[in-house]
Amino acid sequence: MWDNQLFLESIPILLEAFLKITLVVTVLSSILAALLGLVWAIGLRELPGWAAAPLRFVLDFIRMTPLPVHLLVIYYAFNNLSAMTVGVLVFGVHYSTYMAESYRAGIESIRKGQWEAATALSLPASRTWRAVILPQAIRNTLPSLGNWAIAMFKDTPFLIFISVPEMVTKAREFGGQNFSYVESMTVAGVLFLVASYPTAVLMRKLEKKLAY
Amino acid sequence: MPTDQTPDTPAQGNGGVPRVQFEDVVKRFGSTTVLDNLNFTVGHGERVTLIGPSGSGKTTILRLLMTLEHLTDGYIWVDGDPLTHARQDGKRVELRSKQIAQVRKRIGMVFQQFNLFPNMTVVDNVIEAPIHVLGQSKEQARENALSLLDKVGLSHRVDAHPSQLSGGQQQRVAIARAMAMDPEILLLDEVTSALDPELVGDVLAVLKDVAASTDITMLIVTHEMQFARDVSDRVMMFDSGHIIEEGHPDKIFSDPDHERTQKFLQAVI
Ligand SMILES: Nc1ncnc2c1ncn2[C@@H]1O[C@H](COP(=O)(O)OP(=O)(O)OP(=O)(O)O)[C@@H](O)[C@H]1O
Ligand SMILES: [Mg+2]
Repeated sequence: MWDNQLFLESIPILLEAFLKITLVVTVLSSILAALLGLVWAIGLRELPGWAAAPLRFVLDFIRMTPLPVHLLVIYYAFNNLSAMTVGVLVFGVHYSTYMAESYRAGIESIRKGQWEAATALSLPASRTWRAVILPQAIRNTLPSLGNWAIAMFKDTPFLIFISVPEMVTKAREFGGQNFSYVESMTVAGVLFLVASYPTAVLMRKLEKKLAY
Repeated sequence: MPTDQTPDTPAQGNGGVPRVQFEDVVKRFGSTTVLDNLNFTVGHGERVTLIGPSGSGKTTILRLLMTLEHLTDGYIWVDGDPLTHARQDGKRVELRSKQIAQVRKRIGMVFQQFNLFPNMTVVDNVIEAPIHVLGQSKEQARENALSLLDKVGLSHRVDAHPSQLSGGQQQRVAIARAMAMDPEILLLDEVTSALDPELVGDVLAVLKDVAASTDITMLIVTHEMQFARDVSDRVMMFDSGHIIEEGHPDKIFSDPDHERTQKFLQAVI
């Protein structure tokens, strides 16, 4: 049966876990993933074949293997790292492989004439990327990056595998102690929604702002 | 002096080193041979118009010169300097991209589809390369850009984005952008073909002005025969990658020797 008392009691506990763990991991991992993803995408295009092929293989490998496995492997392989650090690194690297695909699509959507104009002006490759290609490509990529960040956010409960006390773990604990899971799990679900939805809206706004 | 060796620089005829020389140029796309041992030269300040049926290789020639296509065989020389491939001890060697960039800087191109950078304003399109390639200061580049944009009649739109301009205006910005690099050679590939008919005149007027006020060497591909007649010193008629006839525009346009040229001109005029 629904217990209002339990519902209210669980809110501050879960909110704390949400702010201290879930949100921190999501934000830091998203930044890491967005930066690494960009590096991979540019690397795949600019590196000579003998270097691009192994990079592609590693990225495919990471993308096609489960996140909890990565968490456990890295957690036990590097036992000097805190669980939080492992969480941020693994989430960041795992999602960077997805984001690299998004960047790639964004880069491929740039018309060939843009590259040719840059060549005709003798712009060096670094400047072509920075001033011509990326400003256009990232604008096309942004909605997709936002979706991956939200997907990552929803994956944070996997942190339970390396005993990081994130929000859903806390909700389960709380439910176990009080012999009722509905209230605390509802709070956790609502918090996910409350955070995801404005993020999605924000991404859409940002996208509009970057239009020219 | 040994005479049985191929020199590392192109053969010089009378009149010194040509501005552009195509030497035994071969271009294949897969198994399709588009250019098969093409040879021609363009003199300093000369304006040459390339005409010929669709698929005869005109665009390919300009794109090879702009290094947008890979040269299958042969050499292209610019002022006697190798563009993408050099002859070293009789062997053909590909240059490194840094070396290629040095010669490429002397060449500018205006494209059929304008290819302005949509993320930059008009003036930023024009100053981008002078700052980051020629190393001009921002002030210097901007001053020069504003004067060029004035010449092409766009001083009132310097802070607009390309998407806010008509095709004709965009193409005039593209001309200013190419001119800002102070090129020795300007390549124009059907620069009015994508424009609404009423916008063609302004663009051609700008180009005539460039032709009249500079001594830039020009290679022009166009279907605007009157324009070709007005600005060019020589017309080259291409068919299947070969020059079948060339000469002064008055001769080629009014009294061509070749039947194919006659047929082609009848079809386009
Ligand atoms: N990237 C490419 N891949 C394969 N074939 C190509 C490519 N570019 C050009 N060609 C072929 O090369 C030939 C010459 O093309 P090119 O564009 O130089 O002709 P053109 O004289 O400019 O014709 P048009 O008047 O139609 O512009 C054509 O047969 C064309 O199909
Ligand atoms: Mg063409």
